[in-house]
Amino acid sequence: MNDHSAPTTDEPKPRNLFQRLYAAFESPGRRRFLHAVIIAILIITPWVSSQYTTVILTNALLYVVLCLGLNIVVGYAGLLDLGYAAFFAVGAYTVGILTQQFGINFWAAIPFAIMAAALAGVIIGGPTLRLRSDYLAIVTLGFGEIVRFTARNLEITGGASGLSHIPEPSLFGWHIDNSIDFYYVFVVLAVLAYIASQRLFDSRLGRAWLYVRHDEDAAEAMGINRVATKLAAYIIGAIFGAVGGIFFSVNLGAISPESFSFQQSVLILLAVVLGGMGKIPGVILGAFIVVLGPELLREFGTLRLLIFAVLLLLIMLFRPSGIWPEKRS
Amino acid sequence: MLLQLKQVSLSFAGNTVLHDVNFGVDSGVIHSLIGPNGAGKTSMFNVITGFYRPQAGDITLDGERIVRRKPHAVTRLGIARTFQNVRLFREMSVLENVMAGQHCRTRSGALAAVLRLPSQRAEERQILETSLECLEFVGLLDYQERLATNLSYGHQRRVEIARALATQPKLLLLDEPAAGLNTSEKHALIELIRRIRDERGVAVLLIEHDMSLVMSVSEQISVLDHGSLITEGDPQTVQNDPRVIEAYLGQDDEELAL
Repeated sequence: MNDHSAPTTDEPKPRNLFQRLYAAFESPGRRRFLHAVIIAILIITPWVSSQYTTVILTNALLYVVLCLGLNIVVGYAGLLDLGYAAFFAVGAYTVGILTQQFGINFWAAIPFAIMAAALAGVIIGGPTLRLRSDYLAIVTLGFGEIVRFTARNLEITGGASGLSHIPEPSLFGWHIDNSIDFYYVFVVLAVLAYIASQRLFDSRLGRAWLYVRHDEDAAEAMGINRVATKLAAYIIGAIFGAVGGIFFSVNLGAISPESFSFQQSVLILLAVVLGGMGKIPGVILGAFIVVLGPELLREFGTLRLLIFAVLLLLIMLFRPSGIWPEKRS
Repeated sequence: MLLQLKQVSLSFAGNTVLHDVNFGVDSGVIHSLIGPNGAGKTSMFNVITGFYRPQAGDITLDGERIVRRKPHAVTRLGIARTFQNVRLFREMSVLENVMAGQHCRTRSGALAAVLRLPSQRAEERQILETSLECLEFVGLLDYQERLATNLSYGHQRRVEIARALATQPKLLLLDEPAAGLNTSEKHALIELIRRIRDERGVAVLLIEHDMSLVMSVSEQISVLDHGSLITEGDPQTVQNDPRVIEAYLGQDDEELAL
């Protein structure tokens, strides 16, 4: 009953190889070194690999941005969102429509796309954030489908065939048009998304998300407005999704409603859960696994999705809270 | 009067929980709210802090109306609380728990955090300093890195008090702070309550069943029974009031033995 044990007795001790490996990168100096190595690998890769690999990696980096965005909603704020692709769609379509149909410069269209996504976040979040998590999941699922069907049926969005010939952007005379160019654009986006996630996590707002997720009443009693806090998670998550969508649309040059299906939402959520909700390196790893996994298993032909599914099941069986370990015990 | 309740009534589905309660807490006093189980003490806390909305009545803090405000708004105006069953953020560190209290005294948003603006960094330092000071005040500075759930019950209660103090309140509401504590921890709690008032100038309103603690620490006592205030006064007066003895009669032995 009367526990006056020394404060250090329950410090985490590295138990297995995995945890020792992760623990090795806890110190800031080593982490900086690791960051430098990863950046260097990202820069060199397109020069030593095939164009096919570059395209796949670009897709993986897009997923990193999307997953880090969904991680804010699901991982930090604990709000289950089954329609995240809707925000991805809002970003992509806003830029697609403004540049292709109204001839607005790509960079000038970005703020509109971000505002549209934030507005979508408010529209879906405002009335639903008082709901419990499982109801919220249903509503977000519906919202995702509404956005997709709207895109499918409006003339301005190009109907079922979508928009094509979305012009490629230029930046200070650099015409971003080939796959290597876009690869680097997505490297920059992924790095920015990573930095933003990290900084949000280490901030007053990031902690507020955790407080609200852990105990809404206690958080309210501490002066935290739970509705505003959740809404902030929604809006920021929506902006991450929109940024992914904005560059996705100009990368492909064409978008259609099927790019933003329920399956897309599920895949993003899968990556977040697989890597470990709320754990940034885990979520990034999850994004890479979800994109690269099926590609690496290509030699198994028709069996590859089955094998991939079994591997995912095994991972979730042995690491139910995601691949990445808890920071502390 | 720091806190003033005027004719506050609360009922749930026809059951009257609080009936026409007039109640006040002076600034800088240690005030206890006692009464038999089910008298409505915790409900009164929930009404004051905005968790329940009374059907009738008015509540003011420092002259400002707080009735029908959301709990977070009440906290920002200067009332902090602890819960009857400790409600820490269990899977977070002790320090992170206390930092929650500073949320309503700071304002940096998402953009400031992403850009790491100087104002945001200064604010983060302020949050950290205030939280460490509050932890030191309750004597748990050495435990800042531990997970809240790994602390002993007595320590968890102190962390909850530190977290409430970090909101820099004018009035601190403690809901049965001595429940589950052993004798030495209770003595330490009495000392802590006195220091909160003496050193920080925070008025304390506590619900407590431990009568020896109530009698030794309180300057003012209010007695609630069946949702009505039956008497008020200093410990001596209340102790000898026949209505109080009557209210506790018919209660189980545990209450009588007090």
